[in-house]
Amino acid sequence: MVAGLSILSWVVYGATLEVCPTCSIRTIREGVRLAQPHDTVWVRPARYTEWDVPIDKPLTIIADSGAILDVQFRGQGLIIHNVDSVTVIGLAIRNIAFSSLEELSAVTVLNARYFRLLNLRIDSVFFGILVEHSVHGEIAHCVIRSSTSGHDEATMGNGIHLWKSDSIHIHHNYIEGMRDGIYFEFVTASLIEHNTSVGNLRYGLHFMFSNNDVYQYNWFERNGAGVAVMFSRNIQMLHNTFIHNWGMSAYGLLLKEIYDGVIQHNRFIRNTTAIRIEGSTRIHYEYNVFIDNGWAVSFVGGAYDNFFFRNDFSGNSFDVAYFGRPNNNRFMENYWSKYSGYDLDRDSLGDVPYRPVGLFTYLTMQVPETVVLLYSFLIRILDLAERLFPVLTPVEIQDPRPRLYPWHSLSSEA
Amino acid sequence: MGQIILYVIRDLVRSRWTLAYTLFYLLVGFGVLLMGRDPARAMVTFLQIVLILTPLMGTLFGIMYYYATRDFQELLLAQPLPRTHVLLGQWVGIALSLGVSLLVGLGTPFVVSGFGVGYSLVAATLLGVGMLLGAIFAGLALSMGLLTDHRIQGFGMALILWLFLAVVYDGLVLALLMILRDYPVEKLALVLTFLNPIDLARILLIMQMDVSALLGYTGAVFREFLGASRGMVASAGALVLWLAIPAILIVWRVRRRDF
Repeated sequence: MVAGLSILSWVVYGATLEVCPTCSIRTIREGVRLAQPHDTVWVRPARYTEWDVPIDKPLTIIADSGAILDVQFRGQGLIIHNVDSVTVIGLAIRNIAFSSLEELSAVTVLNARYFRLLNLRIDSVFFGILVEHSVHGEIAHCVIRSSTSGHDEATMGNGIHLWKSDSIHIHHNYIEGMRDGIYFEFVTASLIEHNTSVGNLRYGLHFMFSNNDVYQYNWFERNGAGVAVMFSRNIQMLHNTFIHNWGMSAYGLLLKEIYDGVIQHNRFIRNTTAIRIEGSTRIHYEYNVFIDNGWAVSFVGGAYDNFFFRNDFSGNSFDVAYFGRPNNNRFMENYWSKYSGYDLDRDSLGDVPYRPVGLFTYLTMQVPETVVLLYSFLIRILDLAERLFPVLTPVEIQDPRPRLYPWHSLSSEA
Repeated sequence: MGQIILYVIRDLVRSRWTLAYTLFYLLVGFGVLLMGRDPARAMVTFLQIVLILTPLMGTLFGIMYYYATRDFQELLLAQPLPRTHVLLGQWVGIALSLGVSLLVGLGTPFVVSGFGVGYSLVAATLLGVGMLLGAIFAGLALSMGLLTDHRIQGFGMALILWLFLAVVYDGLVLALLMILRDYPVEKLALVLTFLNPIDLARILLIMQMDVSALLGYTGAVFREFLGASRGMVASAGALVLWLAIPAILIVWRVRRRDF
């Protein structure tokens, strides 16, 4: 009976193969080669100098803390391809060289299904995790770090790079010092949440041609150009924090040709431009907080039927930059720290509309060089006059019912 | 000349106007720092206050002091002294006492609140630039006073000069940039700011602060010129050179004037 059960458990759960420098199996490659499908490879703490380790059968690889796959700049780390049900847990992978021909990465996932990459520690790499043509994956609790020093965009790779994939769950990862923290191209029905993407050379998160995805509760800080969402439909961006993306061409969030999304409950703090809109249609911007940004929302063009509802705008140098026809872009019940109207009926909504596009904003959009007059006394006077009697600025862009008190408690401390 | 400078300072330090001016800065300084949550934004507030107030107060002190001390000037001019020393001494005295007011009035809150930490360079530049602007405009006001014995006329000319440089000039720059919008005008904008001490001071301060990122591409052109330490020194030097203009005006007027 006991023997029968143990045989059953062997059949059901598979065997465990131990890998360590003093074991009979001394390399991860050897362990993977000897394993039967659905076995477990247990990698004991040591430094394994290996590269291009293929994983082509369903496996679980569990590494103890201190187990390091050191590629020594000779190729890739793990290559998971044409397989399903691969789980890799806890392995540290480091030293992947730059290549101008191949996207060398710590973990490559090709044509895989039901893969899971958990608790990986990835250091000094060209690409971190590269996923192509794969579905139903999970990438969680990984730390991916490199250094941007001495590099430019052409010589760096992305932290988590997804291409033509579907139903991937990326959560609780920490990515620092890559080109793009997380990169999506042709990725659908995926969820990105609770990640931290900091100090990347270009974008903290970069979406291209990816529809029906959700990203929420992420933290994007000090990225060269912030976060970019381009050419995508039905993206939900919720509860994210975009903080201190500061520089001449840095944006908290750059939107280009996106349709039918939802941008709610995000915080934008101290970005040069919190949201730059180069094409945004039917997006609902609700309950977001904009604090101490240079520009809070900058419309560059191609914005139709957007609705800004109950956002907080506080202490931004410019609240809204906009010119051209209103195109049914509407503002309603937002809080504007610069609003100076009154509320006679005491419904917490101001009785006079607020026009968020200041004269100076308008001038700098027409002639960018006029920005040299920033903080000039004349500009203050003109701005005030224009607010009272608008002549140049678009009258239609207004909040007819500005809120007198913020919707959130506002603090520029994150 | 040293004696005259000392005398003017002693005279001005005891004046109620100087006291009020210093107290005003103290009040504003502590007020902004106590209210403001973000030092970067407090800095912007100080920038705007200093840029508008120091030239105005320089102008007012200069022209008021000139007319208030006419009798004493005549007494001094009768002494065996180079006559340029009398007026230049008065100018330096006014400039120094204005500078001390600013230094005490804004410097104290900076130091007491520990605001200077992390912003010490910007804060120091702000105080330095404020002192220079005060001196430049006091000098310009004195030379306006030297142009006419008519008190109202002198006041008017000094104020109009201040108004021109503080407000009207920027309007002309704005108009010019709008007219020439189809041309690359960043360099022109750069040159135009050098021709007005207030604009020069404003850009000099902005370039030292985080907000300089708001200047975008135009800022890049400025940064190319100003951002490097050499450019900073050059523009600060240009501001110091601005002191030469009132000096020349005063000397020129004093030499040919019949007192």
